[in-house]
Amino acid sequence: MDTLVTAFGMVFQPYVLLVVLLSACYGLFVGAIPGLTATMATALLVPVTFFMEPIPAVAAIVTATAMAIFSGDIPSALLRMPGTPASAAYTDEAYLLTRAGHAEIALGAGLVFSVLGGIFGVLVLCLAAPTLAEVALEFSSFEYFWLVMLGFTCAVFIAGKDPLKGIVSVLIGLLIAVVGLENPAAAPRYTFGYPDLMGGIALIPLMIGMFAISEILRFAAVVVKPERVAERPFGNVFTGMWALVKKYPLSLLRGSSLGALVGALPGAGADIAAWMAYGVSKRFSKEPEKFGTGHVEGIVEAGAANNAALGGAWIPALVFGIPGDSITAIAIGVLYLKGLNPGPTLFVNHPQNIYAVFIVFMLAQFLMLPLGWAAIKVAKQILRIPANVLMPLILLFCIVGSFAINNSTFDIIVMLLAGVLGFCMERWGFPVAPTILGVVLGSMLEQHFFSSLIKADGNFLAFFERPIAGTLGVLCLLIWLWPVVRMRRKRHQLS
Amino acid sequence: MQRSDRWVGLGLAVLGLAVLWTARAFPTVPGQKLGSAFLPMIIGAGLLVCALALIARSFRGGAYVAGGDAEAAREHFGSAVVIVGAVLAYVLLADRIGFLFIVPLCLLATFLALRVRFAAALIWAVGGTLLVHAAFYKLLRVPLPWGPLPPLY
Repeated sequence: MDTLVTAFGMVFQPYVLLVVLLSACYGLFVGAIPGLTATMATALLVPVTFFMEPIPAVAAIVTATAMAIFSGDIPSALLRMPGTPASAAYTDEAYLLTRAGHAEIALGAGLVFSVLGGIFGVLVLCLAAPTLAEVALEFSSFEYFWLVMLGFTCAVFIAGKDPLKGIVSVLIGLLIAVVGLENPAAAPRYTFGYPDLMGGIALIPLMIGMFAISEILRFAAVVVKPERVAERPFGNVFTGMWALVKKYPLSLLRGSSLGALVGALPGAGADIAAWMAYGVSKRFSKEPEKFGTGHVEGIVEAGAANNAALGGAWIPALVFGIPGDSITAIAIGVLYLKGLNPGPTLFVNHPQNIYAVFIVFMLAQFLMLPLGWAAIKVAKQILRIPANVLMPLILLFCIVGSFAINNSTFDIIVMLLAGVLGFCMERWGFPVAPTILGVVLGSMLEQHFFSSLIKADGNFLAFFERPIAGTLGVLCLLIWLWPVVRMRRKRHQLS
Repeated sequence: MQRSDRWVGLGLAVLGLAVLWTARAFPTVPGQKLGSAFLPMIIGAGLLVCALALIARSFRGGAYVAGGDAEAAREHFGSAVVIVGAVLAYVLLADRIGFLFIVPLCLLATFLALRVRFAAALIWAVGGTLLVHAAFYKLLRVPLPWGPLPPLY
């Protein structure tokens, strides 16, 4: 109880509340501009959070991302362009509603069900994370090794469309992670004589490159025609929302649960959650024929799912240090920078910090209602800001931000190379999320593998001897073998 | 299946071989059979196998599906090159001629590459530079390079 009071005290301070408010506005703005993603918003925030205390730093990220995922719905409805990839699943549906003169329903459902889904995600986080942390206290290097492997497996086989390219993405991430001195024999690996590379490739400039610079390059390379905002006045966005909640309670619950679950799986985040929820909604709808004609049901379910995914993604991030999505991959970097190393001991040694994160999460959801309403009101003005003026300014921010972490020009080069890599990967059809997972988890994988191997005295079977480790290991192997089994079965059926 | 798979696969195969080749030299942990070379070996071998599979698949796959925005991207590839060039120019010149001189030039080039009108580009370039300098140098105390200028504030 005392810790809870301390946690409230940590959050409800004028400075923290101001940070929450400002990052909320920032998140709403970034999310509403097509081409700027929630992950990019996080990457750009990091250099600023670098100069803050741990709690406001995490609060800024949590609030900005929650807002950005909602406000991505605004240009979906008004421009037929998703503000962030998480809104892409139901962009057509929302725009068709607007064209039919129901913009307020599209926007209102986006807002209200984002908030409800978000609250559900936070509740799951608050309940699941401490329980899991208690179990995780018993974990040894064997369990951690398999957890990391399971993370890669999810990112490749469950979240990705093309497992082969997903594996390449993970390997590229691991290759980036092996640079430096931090390895079993402390040998300088791939440092090419540069002292800057001895400590490994800096994570934050890498993330800024992969998620911001690559987006700027993509914007520059692909012609985007400026769209005209639908010039239709629309009514109160809250009208009829209660009726929708009563009409689709099951959709709301299903979307939120699916969102939280997909969010918690490493490598899959809000965008995949929204696509899956939209598909599920259509599959189980009483009126599936209405989907794709401006029907609100899919927006209810997928809109709740993408915001629920945000909370879900923090579960493995806080408990195991394994990011649930790209946003938490960056957030984990921030947690390490701030000395709040994620892991079950964080729950034991600094529970007030964990509670403070939960409180901020909940606060962000409640703030979303009034601020989201205001954002919808000024949406037309926001959407008139030309992106080609914003992009060079964001570029400058990236340069200065990457430099600011270590005051090192070398980090700007890292940022640039990572940006070009991210841009090329996207164009050649390689998913970026598994690479980030590889970078973040590379040293953890190697460290746990070697300590397990030394404990087991070189006996590989020991990796399966402990009950939880064995289960996780077998689960990994089954998922790896599944495509082979399926192919065999297909061939068998054909013959 | 993308047209690029074959060439990307070839590049990845070369990368995989290079990783395997260089990893041989990494030492083992004293008293253990494995060491710093183990993970790079796995990565190199994995890249090589995946690259070969990618190449094989590109030959087997038959019909190509052009990668989403590949066609549109070719037209404006120049703008992306200007952006990369602007960052490189900053890296190479910032210490020598100072933040306040190099940044407006880099910004102006990128604005123009993104087809912002000249007058607007000039205003944004100068204004953006001063704003970011004030925010990061003054407020966050990031030592942005002055170059030949004496520190003005």
